[in-house]
Amino acid sequence: MGSLYSRRVFVNRFNLAMSLLTMAFGLAFLFWILTTLFLAGFHAFSTDLFTQMTPPPGSKGGLLNAIVGSLLMAAAGTLIGTPVGIFAGIYLAEYGSRGWLAPCTRFINDILLSAPSIVIGLFIYEVFVFKVGHFSAWAGSLALALIVIPVVIRTTENMLRLVPDSLREAAVALGTPQWKVIVMVTLRSVRAGIITGVLLAVARISGETAPLLFTALNNQFWSVDLNAPMANLPVVIFQFAMSPYADWQTLAWAGSLLITIAVLALNVIARTLFRQAAPK
Amino acid sequence: MPDPKHSGALLQDVVFRWIARAFAFLVLAILLAIIVSLIYGSLPAMQRFGFGFLVDSEWNPVTEKFGALVPIVGTLVTSTIALVIGVPVSFGIALFLTELSPPWLKRPLGTAIELLAAIPSIIYGMWGLFVLAPLFADHVQPWLIHTIGAAPIIGALFKLPPQGIGVFTAGFVLAIMVIPFIASVVRDVFEVVPPVLKESAYGIGCTTWEVVRNIVLPYTRVGVIGAIMLGLGRALGETMAVTFLIGNAHQLSASILAPGNSIASALANEFTEAVGDVYTSALIQLGLILFVITFVVLALAKLLLLQLAKGEGRRT
Repeated sequence: MGSLYSRRVFVNRFNLAMSLLTMAFGLAFLFWILTTLFLAGFHAFSTDLFTQMTPPPGSKGGLLNAIVGSLLMAAAGTLIGTPVGIFAGIYLAEYGSRGWLAPCTRFINDILLSAPSIVIGLFIYEVFVFKVGHFSAWAGSLALALIVIPVVIRTTENMLRLVPDSLREAAVALGTPQWKVIVMVTLRSVRAGIITGVLLAVARISGETAPLLFTALNNQFWSVDLNAPMANLPVVIFQFAMSPYADWQTLAWAGSLLITIAVLALNVIARTLFRQAAPK
Repeated sequence: MPDPKHSGALLQDVVFRWIARAFAFLVLAILLAIIVSLIYGSLPAMQRFGFGFLVDSEWNPVTEKFGALVPIVGTLVTSTIALVIGVPVSFGIALFLTELSPPWLKRPLGTAIELLAAIPSIIYGMWGLFVLAPLFADHVQPWLIHTIGAAPIIGALFKLPPQGIGVFTAGFVLAIMVIPFIASVVRDVFEVVPPVLKESAYGIGCTTWEVVRNIVLPYTRVGVIGAIMLGLGRALGETMAVTFLIGNAHQLSASILAPGNSIASALANEFTEAVGDVYTSALIQLGLILFVITFVVLALAKLLLLQLAKGEGRRT
């Protein structure tokens, strides 16, 4: 009797201790990666980073063209993807109670949310780059937009479902057409939630490398022409980190630190915004 | 007789609904377009290699002989390693977050684990290449070779001189990358368990572990499997981290310490440099295979999670 009891206590303590260890394991890696990034990336920070172009091997330079390229393509991708995501999300939440289209779209959307991004790049290559005949920033933006869409659809639908039906009924009772109810009442009441979704989508695409490899490619020089290949941070990091040149590797660390700071900041902002706006 | 203003509002309503429906339809169209374009692009390779493509291990751009066995095996093996390491850890983290953590720590710790998912893949790759791989080559892998490598049967997996980069290191980094995804879904399904069930088990004197083992896990089994499948789906398609770490060698080896190749990293490395229709088409067919595998895995994950959600509220 005593031994059974102490065995149960032991098993319990042992397993809970393991659980504590796994938590520490997870946090340790987060901490380790961030420290490495800060230590390696920080000493590469200088004004050159933001004023010079990506250098040829063996010389000094910065990441200006890559930073601007990344910002441009992320902006274009978000601008293309967000309206599509919001409209589709509205359909799922407001009109999606009947018929086959809504459940189907919801199911497919959840799969696209986790689909390998390199396949998205492959797809855009085939239907856009190959047809046009050259790599371009437009192709990169389209690939990023395809990643934005599922994220925005998901958050828009989830947010709209939080709106109580009594709010819709009150608006309808005043004789408001349904589209006005959606645009002026429900959508407006979850504005913060939808912005959160968009921010998370931006965070997601700002570090995406795989879909840009075959679409925007890279460009060693300054270019803001969306119809030509464009430099972007992820691909520059990939190329520079894999190279044997110390200068390039240092720049890759600096670029990685920039992206990570941006992505983590976007995540934290999105979360705080959401927590403040979430219906209690 | 409706007045013109009224019918105008009706028309606006219809137009708005059709716009929303068109965009919802667009999502289906995108998926269809992806599948069709991948099949179209891989037709030349399909015609040339047929089903032999799946089981042929040769990959030679010079003679234009292509077989997908090495990348397929590499993708499956790295994902398996990721799950073997990642699933117990994710389970432990979810357990900690739902049952052990003091309430005020739940949110910060949960957020920290989710931030692990926010770090871009390429950062994991670079960190793995410059920090983890040398460490593995100097300390972890020699140790693995001396301990597990000496064991019969399973020891064959841990032969070869330690190189740092290779299938094992890629799988290990993948494990860290899928942990946040699995852990947060498992945590969510654990919270679905009705408190009454857990409290009654505690009431008859169960320990925390016994409650988890005998109440929480059986109740959420379907959801936990769904979460694991979701993690698998992520691991299969992960590109950049694997590309940095797997070593990009088109070879099959019994040892998981050896360099190999995965579908996604073969694409990332070779696609822009591929010359000739056959080479490009073979790579696109690799993409098609990857997409089909992940689609099936993710669809299963989704179905399992839906099943759990449906059961919610009925079983008490």
